[in-house]
Amino acid sequence: MRAKSKRYCRLAAVAAAAATLPLVLPSEYAVHLAVVIGINAIVALGLNLLMGYAGQVSLGQAAFVGIGAYASAILSAKAGLSPWIGVAAGAALGGATAAAVGIPLLKLRGHYLAMGTLGFGMIVQIVMVQWEDLTEGTIGVMSIPPLSVGGLEFDSELRMYYLVAASAVLSIALASNIIDSRVGRAMRAVHGSEVAAATSGVDTARYKLQVFIMSGAMAGFAGSLHAHHAAYVHPDSFGFHYSIQLVVMVVLGGMASIWGAIFGAGAVTLIGEQLRSFQEFSTIIFGSVLVAIMVFMPAGLWRGSADLIGRLVGSRGGGGKGRA
Amino acid sequence: MTLPAAAQLLQYLISGLTLGSVYGMIALGFTLIHNATGIVNFAQGEFVAFGALIALSCSEAGLPMPLAVLTAMAAVTLLGAALERTAIRPARGASVITLIIITIGASILLRGIAMWQWGPNALPMRHFSSEAPIHVGPASILRQHLWIMGIVLATMLGLWLLGERTQVGKAMRACAVDREAAQLVGIPAARMVMLSFALSGMLGGLAGAIVAPLSMGQYNMGIMLGLKGFCAAILGGIGNAPGAVLGGLLLGTLESLGAGVCSGMKDAVAFGIMLIVLLVRPTGLLGRKARQGGTEARR
Repeated sequence: MRAKSKRYCRLAAVAAAAATLPLVLPSEYAVHLAVVIGINAIVALGLNLLMGYAGQVSLGQAAFVGIGAYASAILSAKAGLSPWIGVAAGAALGGATAAAVGIPLLKLRGHYLAMGTLGFGMIVQIVMVQWEDLTEGTIGVMSIPPLSVGGLEFDSELRMYYLVAASAVLSIALASNIIDSRVGRAMRAVHGSEVAAATSGVDTARYKLQVFIMSGAMAGFAGSLHAHHAAYVHPDSFGFHYSIQLVVMVVLGGMASIWGAIFGAGAVTLIGEQLRSFQEFSTIIFGSVLVAIMVFMPAGLWRGSADLIGRLVGSRGGGGKGRA
Repeated sequence: MTLPAAAQLLQYLISGLTLGSVYGMIALGFTLIHNATGIVNFAQGEFVAFGALIALSCSEAGLPMPLAVLTAMAAVTLLGAALERTAIRPARGASVITLIIITIGASILLRGIAMWQWGPNALPMRHFSSEAPIHVGPASILRQHLWIMGIVLATMLGLWLLGERTQVGKAMRACAVDREAAQLVGIPAARMVMLSFALSGMLGGLAGAIVAPLSMGQYNMGIMLGLKGFCAAILGGIGNAPGAVLGGLLLGTLESLGAGVCSGMKDAVAFGIMLIVLLVRPTGLLGRKARQGGTEARR
C-alpha cells in the first residue's frame, strides 16, 4: 500500500511540474519541442513496456505511430469526421494492427522477432507510399484540422502542450498500473525466463500479445496526436529511422524504467533537433550511444550513472543490475 | 507477341540471378557470424555499403580495378574484426536483446560515418570492363553481370575449400558445432569468433564492391541490402551455407519477376517472403529440423 501512495505522490508531482513547465519555457518553439517530446514519450512508454518488461524487441514501432497518424489524418482531413473520432480510431487501429501482426510474429524470438518487426515496419511504409488513393503517396495528407472541445480549439502550441502533457501523465499512470498488476508480474517473469514462467502456469503467449497490443495502441494514439499537432503527415516520418530513434529512447533511459523512457524521449528529441542540419552527426552520436550504453551500462544512462556514483561513493544501495 | 515476352522474362531472370548471387554472398556473411556466435549481425549491410563506397573512391582515385576491389575487401575485413573486438567481445554473455541493440547501434554509427565521409548522394562507379552489353538471342547481358556471377562462384568455391581443406576452416566449423567442446580440444574459440567477423566483413566488402557499378554507392544502401541478405539467409535456413546461396538466388529471381509485375512493390515482395518463411517454416528450405520455431542458442 505504501508503494502505491508513493507512486501517486510522484505522479502528482510530475503533473504539477508538467503544468508549470510552459511558464519557464523561453519561446513558442520550446513549447513546440515539449509537445514533440510528450508525443514521443507516449510511444517510448509503450515500447518500454514491450522491451523493458516483456523483453521483446520491436524495430517496427514507427509503423504503429504511422498507422495512428494516417487514420486520424484520413478520417478528419479527407472524410471530414470529428478529429476525436480520428484519435479514437488511431489508437484502436494501432492496437488492432498490433494484435493482427502480433499473433503470428510473437511466436518468433530474439533476432527473428527483431527482423520480423523490421520487415513489418518496412511493408507498412511501402504501403503508405504506394496506396495513393488513400494516403496521397509521397505528397502526404495536408490541412488536418486541430482537435477541439466545445469551441475551444487546440490550435496553439500552448493548448496542444496541455493536451499532450495530460495524455502523457495519463500514460505514465496507466503504464505504472500495468507494471504493478498481475500482468506486470507475468511480464517480468517472461523476461526472466520464458520457460520458467510457462512452467509456473503463466500463459506467456497471451501476456506478450497483450503488452504488444498495448504498445501498439499507445503508439497509434501518439500518432494521432502528432497528426493534429503537425497538421500534416508524410510517409518519411514513420520509417526505419524513427523506429530506431524510439529504441534509442528506451535504451538510453534504461529498459524497464518508466521515468527512463520519459528521460530518453526528451534527450533523443532534443539531440535530434539540435543536430537537425547535421544529420550525419546525430546518426553517429545515436549509434555510439547505443553501443556504449549496451556494452557499459545495460541498465541505461539513468540507472547506470546512479550505480556508478553509488559505487564511487561506496554505498551499497545501488543494486540496479537486475530488473526493477 | 510471344517472343518479346519471352525475351523480357529472360532479361528479368538474368538481372534476378545476378542480384540474387549478391544477396547470397551477403547471406553467407550472416551465416558465418550466426554459426560462430548465435548473433544476427545487423551491421552486415553496412559492411556492404563500406565495400561499395571504398571501392568506388579507390577506382575514382585512379587505382586499377582489381586493386580497388582488394583494398575495399581488406578495409572491411579489418572493420569486421574491429567491430568484434570493440563491441561484441566486451559484451560477451549479455542477453540477446543487448546483443541485438549493440549491432544495431554499430550499423547506425557506420551509416553516420559513411554519410559524413561520402555525403548523402548516390555515387557512380566504373564497370569492371566495357559497358557494352553482350547480346544472347533476344536478351542482352551486361559484362558486369558476368563478373558478379563469376566472382560469387569463385568466392563460394574458396569458402568451401577453406572450410573443408584447411585447419582454420575446420576449427571454425568445430566452434560452430559446439563451442565448449572445441575449446576443450584446444581451439582458440575467441579468435575464431573474431575471424568469423573478419571473414564476414570481407564477404560484405566484396559484395559491395562488385554490385556498386550496377547499383551505385550510397551511405544508406546497406539497410536494404542487409535486409535482403537476411531474407535470403532465412529463406535458405539460417546457419546453412548452401541454403544461404540458394535463398539469395531464389529471392533475387522472385523479386525481379515481382518487379516486372508491379515495380513499386518490389521491396515488399522480399519482406513478404521473409515474413511468410519465418512464420510457416522458420528453419528455411534447407534448415535442420532441430531448431524449431526460430529458437536460438543463447551463448
